[in-house]
Amino acid sequence: MERQLFQRAKEAFLSGRARPLEFRLQQLHALQRMIMEKETEISTALKQDINRSQYDTPLLELIGIENEIKLAIEKLAQWAAPRPVEKNLLTISDEVYIQPEPLGVVLIIGAWNYPWALTLLPLVGAIAAGNAAVVKPSELSECSSLLLRALLPCYLDKDLYPVVMGGVSETQQLLRLRFDHIFYTGGSTVGKQVMEAAARHLTPVTLELGGKSPCYIDKNCDVRMACRRITWGKFVNCGQTCIAPDYILCEPCIQGRVVECIRQTLLEFYGADPKCSPDYGRIINQHHFNRIVSLMDGYTPVVGGQSDSSQCYIAPTVLKDVPPHSRLMQEEIFGPVLPIVTVSDMDDVINFINEREKPLALYIFCSDKKAIKRMIEETTSGGVTVNDVMMHYTLSSLPFGGVGQSGMGCYHGKHTFDQLSHHRACLIRSLNMESVNRARYPPQDRRRAQRARMALKSPLIDTSKRTLVWAVIATILGIGLFITLMVILLIAAGLNCTCWYWRGFYN
Amino acid sequence: MDSQSHVLERLRTAFRSGITLPEEFRRTQLTNLLSMVRDNEGQILKALHQDLAKPKFESILSEVDIVVNELHYAISNFRNWMKPEYVAKSLATKLDECFVRREPLGVVLIIGPWNYPLQLLIVPLVGAIAAGNCAVIKPSEISSATDRLVAELIPKYLSQDCYAVVRGGSEQTKALLQNRFDHIFYTGSQAVARSVVQAASVYLTPVTLELGGKCPCLIYGRINIQAAAHRLVWAKFFNAGQSCVAPDYVLCTEATRDALLPALSSVLEQFYGKEPQKCPDLSRIVSARHFTRLMKLLEQTKGKVVIGGESDQEDKYIAPTVVVDAGEDDALMAEEIFGPILPIFTVEELEKSIEFVNRHEKPLALYVFSDESSVVKTVMEKTSSGGFCSNDGIVHMTLPGLPFGGVGASGWGSYHGRWSFETFSHRRACLIRGWGLERLNTLRYPPYTEDKLKWLRWTTSQQSSCSLM
Repeated sequence: MERQLFQRAKEAFLSGRARPLEFRLQQLHALQRMIMEKETEISTALKQDINRSQYDTPLLELIGIENEIKLAIEKLAQWAAPRPVEKNLLTISDEVYIQPEPLGVVLIIGAWNYPWALTLLPLVGAIAAGNAAVVKPSELSECSSLLLRALLPCYLDKDLYPVVMGGVSETQQLLRLRFDHIFYTGGSTVGKQVMEAAARHLTPVTLELGGKSPCYIDKNCDVRMACRRITWGKFVNCGQTCIAPDYILCEPCIQGRVVECIRQTLLEFYGADPKCSPDYGRIINQHHFNRIVSLMDGYTPVVGGQSDSSQCYIAPTVLKDVPPHSRLMQEEIFGPVLPIVTVSDMDDVINFINEREKPLALYIFCSDKKAIKRMIEETTSGGVTVNDVMMHYTLSSLPFGGVGQSGMGCYHGKHTFDQLSHHRACLIRSLNMESVNRARYPPQDRRRAQRARMALKSPLIDTSKRTLVWAVIATILGIGLFITLMVILLIAAGLNCTCWYWRGFYN
Repeated sequence: MDSQSHVLERLRTAFRSGITLPEEFRRTQLTNLLSMVRDNEGQILKALHQDLAKPKFESILSEVDIVVNELHYAISNFRNWMKPEYVAKSLATKLDECFVRREPLGVVLIIGPWNYPLQLLIVPLVGAIAAGNCAVIKPSEISSATDRLVAELIPKYLSQDCYAVVRGGSEQTKALLQNRFDHIFYTGSQAVARSVVQAASVYLTPVTLELGGKCPCLIYGRINIQAAAHRLVWAKFFNAGQSCVAPDYVLCTEATRDALLPALSSVLEQFYGKEPQKCPDLSRIVSARHFTRLMKLLEQTKGKVVIGGESDQEDKYIAPTVVVDAGEDDALMAEEIFGPILPIFTVEELEKSIEFVNRHEKPLALYVFSDESSVVKTVMEKTSSGGFCSNDGIVHMTLPGLPFGGVGASGWGSYHGRWSFETFSHRRACLIRGWGLERLNTLRYPPYTEDKLKWLRWTTSQQSSCSLM
């Protein structure tokens, strides 16, 4: 079944119909219509999958998809155009540029926590880049997957963008096929398997993985405001966000305050009983519910801690004084449990972060610019937001992706287009000027060799549009100034003559 | 000789200390590398001649000068490449600092091949150093003289704590790949590339694969046959055809072939004389094994040798050879030739020729010779390849502004110039917010209302912003 859908997508791609810009734009417009027209159905599916509130759906997924589509539609012609690069003396009369081209058939494996955004954002880039795409949504967000499978063929080309349903076994079947790129969002364990499978066909991969994203609160910052922002980021989607702040690092002297501020903010956001709040989500399934509850074993929460397995409900929970080497600090929590680990000073924070795997995101709450600079320079992570959480994800001009165990490759906006394109280096020469080439041909002598070396070493000239425009403006200004100077000199000379004349006359 | 794990420990410790981060350190190392190449040019040429009988001219043009150019380019520009790149902001982030930082990855592994043993090992190293990484470099044991020379020189010129040469054959390479690196840069064959990716997947190490393939050369339309013959012969027989971007085979009409053959003959004589074996400007095959492989291709081909065909096993010499009348299923189409044998296939229509090309794996380079720009355009639009060059061969890879790399079976990733720097860097997205504008933030906090949503939709619908996920 998977093979058939893949074959059809491949044949459709080879027919060339996904390539013209008009076609890509038409598909993007259709996808845009789908999101707008089916918002209610999507919200319903998400409510059934993960108890997502009706406001969270547009907020967390749909607005983002709409904006990505709008950007792609607006910028597609620019993104797909040839990109000229510098030339040297040898190639001065040639055309030298990078041409973005489609790769072929892309496999997009989505995740269950944001089943629409994490599947459709890569699809927007795949379509914009002129590829076909096999979309494999997560089986854990079943209602969303079924809806996606029903909707996509009604709006998009049926052959180019098939949806494949299923679990582990269907995904493994797909991974045996030869794709031209695999875009995977999920955990590191499966990420490794995806990369290993891709090795067989030498298929390049983009892996958007996770990890434990640290969140440092400096004792001299506005702790109250920091806690508000952190609370929002941590408990939205019930903590099931790859870039949610996983744990807090702070000095012992402010730990109590941090706990209090979070408690107050939780009250403000979800009321006294978050279980009754329509804005608070649930854990995706029993397996993850059990996993998160067992992580809390042996700890006495200072906030929350309640759970109800019949609803997969876990209250927003905070744990303090968590030991750095505890089980809670070994795996990504991916749930509404927020441990606080105390550190002695900034050196300690930096060492703590660097001893562990490179995270997908790092959060720093601090008012001291020097300290912020130092923390950024002495650590690494997929991305960083300072004095807030998750916001670097929202700016599509920033590349979003991990490093090390948190992932490889990046996307959003133009970066998705670039990630799913091949950047073909193009040199268009003519068969003229053959005499220039003679220097490099055998039989060789010293003079020829010198000439060849000179040509190869000639400095690079940037003939991009911007430089040309500046060159033209500078030339015009230069000529203008020269003419003005000449006119002034002539007038002065003329005046001088006249003066002499009149002087002579009077004399 | 330090064990591999000791070497890696040393490099990791050095990287963690932050010593490779400052601009000054990187500049010093790059300048030292430049001195290494300049001071030892004679020895380098000697080693290359020992390995491949490379003519001095070819060694200078395709090895020494390319490395020196890349070093100059990197030294002049890496400071700019290191600077934060400020990006367009959305309404919600108008007052924030939004930029991309290029950061080193850590300890990288560079595995070089034997055909351009200096260039294909040192050019990636230039990028790795400029980007602030530590590096383990593994030269090919097949080009043994260069392997020895590199192992001797690198520790003399570069910091021994940060850069190490590891020597050995396939067993040692396998053992090396069991270790954890932050990036693996491999140039070589597809078969080995698969095991590189498999080893890399254990640690989720990103890879760059510079592989090969059969680079087609299409000759159609109106054509200045003399100029085309000159450029084709130069590109094909440079380094005795042992270049990953050498034109592997030619596709043209019968009429073009009939005009091309005498032109090729005459150019070959012009370049290498009547007895190419005696010409100092022609290289040799790198090893007995590859010599045997190429001779077997000549034995198995069902085509006819019309030019050349002579060989000398002891000298590892194969004359520049042209074969015609072979079919698409010929032995010469089964693998990358990587030698001085040029099959010419006759296909009357350009469209059919393009189909021929597309029936095979995406090549590292694709060449078209034609005076008609419509022919060039058609071929470019209907095919895919790592790089594309019309009316010449190989030269597209000498421009540091162009990314050099493959697609599909010919590779993954690219380098040269700034692209090397980018390959060995992590682009970290940074957003620095202030403490103000909390009112704007309250739009995203629960309890949610229709009004809040309406405002949010409006603010985030402005250019270049995603949702508040």
